[in-house]
Amino acid sequence: MNALSFLLNSTIGKKIVMGLTGLFLISFLLVHCGVNSLIFFNDGGELFNEGAEFMGTNLLIRTVEILLFAGLILHSIQGLYLVYLNRKSRNVSYHVNSGKNSTWYSKSMGLLGTLILIFLILHLKHFWVTSRFTDQITGGYTTLFDEMKVVFSELWVVILYVFSMFSMAYHLLHGFQSAFQTLGLNHKKYTPFIKKLGFWFSIILPFLFAMMPISMYLGWIE
Amino acid sequence: MSGNMNLTLKVWRQKNSSDKGRFETYKMQDISPDMSFLEMFDVLNEQLINTGEEPVVFDHDCREGICGMCSMYINGRPHGPKDAITTCQLHMRSFKDGDIIVVEPWRAAAFPVLKDLAVDRSAFDRIIAAGGFVSVNTGNAQDGNNLPISKVDADEAFASAACIGCGACVAACKNASAMLFVSAKVNQLSILPQGKPERMQRVRAMVAQMDKEGFGACTNTGACSAECPKEISLSNIAALNREFLMANLIDQEG
Repeated sequence: MNALSFLLNSTIGKKIVMGLTGLFLISFLLVHCGVNSLIFFNDGGELFNEGAEFMGTNLLIRTVEILLFAGLILHSIQGLYLVYLNRKSRNVSYHVNSGKNSTWYSKSMGLLGTLILIFLILHLKHFWVTSRFTDQITGGYTTLFDEMKVVFSELWVVILYVFSMFSMAYHLLHGFQSAFQTLGLNHKKYTPFIKKLGFWFSIILPFLFAMMPISMYLGWIE
Repeated sequence: MSGNMNLTLKVWRQKNSSDKGRFETYKMQDISPDMSFLEMFDVLNEQLINTGEEPVVFDHDCREGICGMCSMYINGRPHGPKDAITTCQLHMRSFKDGDIIVVEPWRAAAFPVLKDLAVDRSAFDRIIAAGGFVSVNTGNAQDGNNLPISKVDADEAFASAACIGCGACVAACKNASAMLFVSAKVNQLSILPQGKPERMQRVRAMVAQMDKEGFGACTNTGACSAECPKEISLSNIAALNREFLMANLIDQEG
């Protein structure tokens, strides 16, 4: 068999794809959070709208966006497929299973990922569809910042967003360092640093994201 | 004797691989805390034989923690409640009078139950047969330092070679993944000069066999290493991933 297709069809290869797409999605989160955090300047969304305008019109960003969707779809489908395969490998469950040998979230990546995916569909409908497929923003009827205020004026939306950021935090808490392990990047000197970095990333990033709907709902950001 | 215990055992009984299986409850009286867990099972089997019942089938051999034969999922953990030991090294002093102990076989699609607590672990043998060896005769053990191997490499290879192939990693893993076993068996050879020349084809053959046997993928939960009687490190798995990736991307043979 061809070496590359052998690699991609193996369990290790499938996990390597998960790790690579995962790290790619993490890099997206960093940019997304960076731009969105501009709302915290509390300048009526001026800086944020500028940032959003740049992200929406820059050719490079728009090209990477296609890659991003490809990565997202691959990560989701491959992830769910692996859950299915792994369930088949452990076809009978134990009557008594202590489970203390590993964290609950490391064993629930499929569930956490699915919760994030459901959130993502709603999230894309809220902002991505509005800004790309309607003339609301491009036609100058509203700005993305004002759109955020409208969306986050509903309590259930805010609760759902915050809950989803908990899913995201736990997904990252395992996923960040797990991706490095899967790619074989394990080293006595650097792994403790990667784990620490992953830990803080998984807390700070979802916290900042969660603060966006909360502060808008409570009127901290005007 | 004082200090002896009365226990309730709930043991998985299954006639053969096609039987559905069920739990049977056995009352154990006057069990000495100095017995090993397997000796307690010997007592149970003697009772069963004396009453004309079928004894419980369980795997065991050396009874000193080096053969990897004994299995048993005891109260939700492979090899029972203690860390870094096999079932034969587990003593009844780890339990209290009146305890209910649930004993199940390893659960994995690749480890079908043969009878009661004995599972078929020949999938591991087939993985080893696929490449877990050095295919030329390397002769007798050489004089010390004849073959320069750094202390770091020697230690790492030795730690990997400590794997006894018991299958606790597979039993503990929610995906029934054999990655800890395979990684230890790949690394113990690929680190040393005798095993290095064949490392690329070895890792490919062993991983291919591992997948063929139906073991799951590794999700890095770490349950395997936490339950391993020989405390095989998770860094083996990272090394296997690296080795497998390189073997497929760089190796020019196939």
